[in-house]
Amino acid sequence: MLENAWVIPALPVLSFVLILFFGKRLPKHGHEIGVAAVALAFVLACVCAVQWVQRPANLEVKPGSEEHAAAPGSPAQANAVAALEEKAPPGSEGGHEGEGKGEKEGEAGEHEAEPIRKPVVKEVTWFDNGQTRVKAGTHVDGLAVTMMFVVTLISLLVHVFSTSYMHGDRRYTHYFAALSLFTAGMLVMVTANNTLQLLVGWELMGLCSFMLIGHWWEERNNSNAALKAFFTTRTGDVGLLIGIAILFFAAGQTFDIADINAAALGGEVSHGLVLAGAAALLCGVIGKSAQFPLHTWLPDAMAGPTPVSALIHAATMVVAGVYLVARLYGVFWSGFDIGGGGINPVALVGGITVLIAAALAFVQTDIKKVLAYSTVSQLGYMVMALGVGAWTAGVFHLVTHAFFKGLLFLGAGSVSHAVHSFDMKKDMGGLREHMPITFKTFVIGSLALAGVPPLAGFWSKDEILLGASSNGYPVFLVIGLLGAALTAAYMTRCVYLTFFGEYRGHGQPHESPPAITVPLVVLAALSVVAGFVNVPGGEWFAKWTENETVLSAGVAHHSFSPFVALFGSALGLLGIAAGYAYYWRNLGPHRLTQRSGAAGTGYRILENKYGLDRLYTDWVVGGIKGPIARGAYWFNQRVIDGVVNGVGIIARGLARFVYDTVDQKVVDGVVNGAGIGAEDGGRVLRLMQTGRVQQYALFLFGAVVVLGGTLVLFTTG
Amino acid sequence: MYLNQFLLLAAFLFCVGVYGVLARKNAVLVLMSIELILNAVNINLVAFGLFRESVAGQVFALFVIAVAAAEVGVGLAVVILIYRNRHSIDLTEVDMMKG
Repeated sequence: MLENAWVIPALPVLSFVLILFFGKRLPKHGHEIGVAAVALAFVLACVCAVQWVQRPANLEVKPGSEEHAAAPGSPAQANAVAALEEKAPPGSEGGHEGEGKGEKEGEAGEHEAEPIRKPVVKEVTWFDNGQTRVKAGTHVDGLAVTMMFVVTLISLLVHVFSTSYMHGDRRYTHYFAALSLFTAGMLVMVTANNTLQLLVGWELMGLCSFMLIGHWWEERNNSNAALKAFFTTRTGDVGLLIGIAILFFAAGQTFDIADINAAALGGEVSHGLVLAGAAALLCGVIGKSAQFPLHTWLPDAMAGPTPVSALIHAATMVVAGVYLVARLYGVFWSGFDIGGGGINPVALVGGITVLIAAALAFVQTDIKKVLAYSTVSQLGYMVMALGVGAWTAGVFHLVTHAFFKGLLFLGAGSVSHAVHSFDMKKDMGGLREHMPITFKTFVIGSLALAGVPPLAGFWSKDEILLGASSNGYPVFLVIGLLGAALTAAYMTRCVYLTFFGEYRGHGQPHESPPAITVPLVVLAALSVVAGFVNVPGGEWFAKWTENETVLSAGVAHHSFSPFVALFGSALGLLGIAAGYAYYWRNLGPHRLTQRSGAAGTGYRILENKYGLDRLYTDWVVGGIKGPIARGAYWFNQRVIDGVVNGVGIIARGLARFVYDTVDQKVVDGVVNGAGIGAEDGGRVLRLMQTGRVQQYALFLFGAVVVLGGTLVLFTTG
Repeated sequence: MYLNQFLLLAAFLFCVGVYGVLARKNAVLVLMSIELILNAVNINLVAFGLFRESVAGQVFALFVIAVAAAEVGVGLAVVILIYRNRHSIDLTEVDMMKG
């Protein structure tokens, strides 16, 4: 199955086509195809995962970044050594053992040269222009297998959820078609072995995101949100395109991801070029993964149907950017010198995002917006993890986050299914008794998100904090801890407003049908247990996913630190306790925003989302579109209209001349002349036509005599 | 025997024929004059054939005789039809094709 991994993305593509063409005529309006295809893809992804785990680990890669910490100025040299060693056959590894390990023995040394599973690559020639042969194919390694598993699982649950949630929707069939296409896009991206294929999947997801956010486009806000999401991510995508182009040339005219990573780590490419490529790619990541300052589209994207928010805007698509960093880690690692510690752009972007998004989550009244900002914040965590060199932690957080954030969004969908609203303050509250399953699963998801041990979020968040503290990024350790406390607090607020207190909505809310609750329960179970996949001592997740790039870059591994774990979970619990005290016990400074001017200002800043939306729409877009529109108007009036009018006047003069001279005189003259000539000729010639045969004979003989005489005259004379 | 004797005879016959065709009003006589022209030609053909010691002249003469027979047949039929319609075979009266 690992060789034929292309089947997994192909299934949803097939399903998309079938739903589009036949969906409306089927008894269930197409959802049976979508669910079946994704279920099959999920089964195949599971088969892949099992085969991957059973695959013998026989590829030895030697970490090559020992000199990074000691001499940050010469990362290229160190990487060159790593690349040489990587190319050497496994048997000769022993000879190099002594060289690399140096000062960081205590930290990084414990994982020396642990064999990993060799990636399964299958490719065919896509196109060939004589110099460059571009291959399309699948590159299946631990990361890809993990992503396939997560994507198909969440997609399957969302499909099942949607059959009930979207029941009776007017574009039900198209909804499932787009959902299938989206799944296909994500799977194409995660299995891609080259950057072009990755880009195809990436853009496919952008398109589906646009279609699904604007699913109810009859309302102006929804179509605006869809446009905003599309344009904002597009802004970043420009960077991605440039980055791919730079890396294509930097790595010696190849799109192959493994080659690009090897070239970036190998050191034969100039550092400036790799830095430029990494910076351009980071723009794409910022757009797609909703990082500061392009995070503004994600909360607006909540205009789409809730299952879409769960699938696309929480669990899968938005992590595409994180996946991109994880996949092209060699480029980021050597471009931004991640091994060097201190501060680098990736970690900085992630860190800022963690805090600003978490702060924004406090002032939202829409339950989905709270979750949206929470997503932005958690994506910041992942990016930050990758930025501080904690590759495994970042990917691990991606997986666990997919489970609990998918759960939370589907829970929000279940709630809104019952109360027909997303407004926590107006229409919710006290749903604990009415919706027991939704309540329990939502609380589990919230606790997992808050990082309460031993739920999934705790383990992954702890690893990120551990990575930040041990890799020499103390600033980001503080940010991470602060973010953990904020996360716990705003989730407590969200749970309180939704499920506790008095019911403030209309009608009688009731628990959702099984198609909605079963996915919730499945995800809740996963949110509880997923963390144990990478539990300290086992660390199976790290062994399964870490690939050649990561190991040859020399990503450091750290043993479990009780101090960080304790501190992290304590801050999480503190956040929960603060929320509990504020909402349940009514302690703390209530109505502070009305009483204190400073707090009120702060609140308004948060409510206006730091003014970023205004900055973009009024200043950036408005500033650009005014002059451009005026310029275009001027150009239209003066140049285009001038050309058009000039052409018209010239054409009219020319036509007048042609009519008067050519048509009236020449053409008509010829025609009339022919008529007159024929008439006159006929009048003369009819005199000869006497009707008397003998006269004709006379003409005949006369003519013969004349001709004969002429002949005689000329031949003899 | 000189060739020019035959040629003179043929020329004389041809001129008689042409005169008949152009001058006579009787359609039958016109047809007969045409025969004279054709036979003048036949004489020329046979004479030249003999002169050049070639049989081709006689072959052509035979063809001309056959064609002349056909022509006279058609011509007489036309004359008879004209006579039936107009009770006259005066060619000067047959001028319905006057333009």
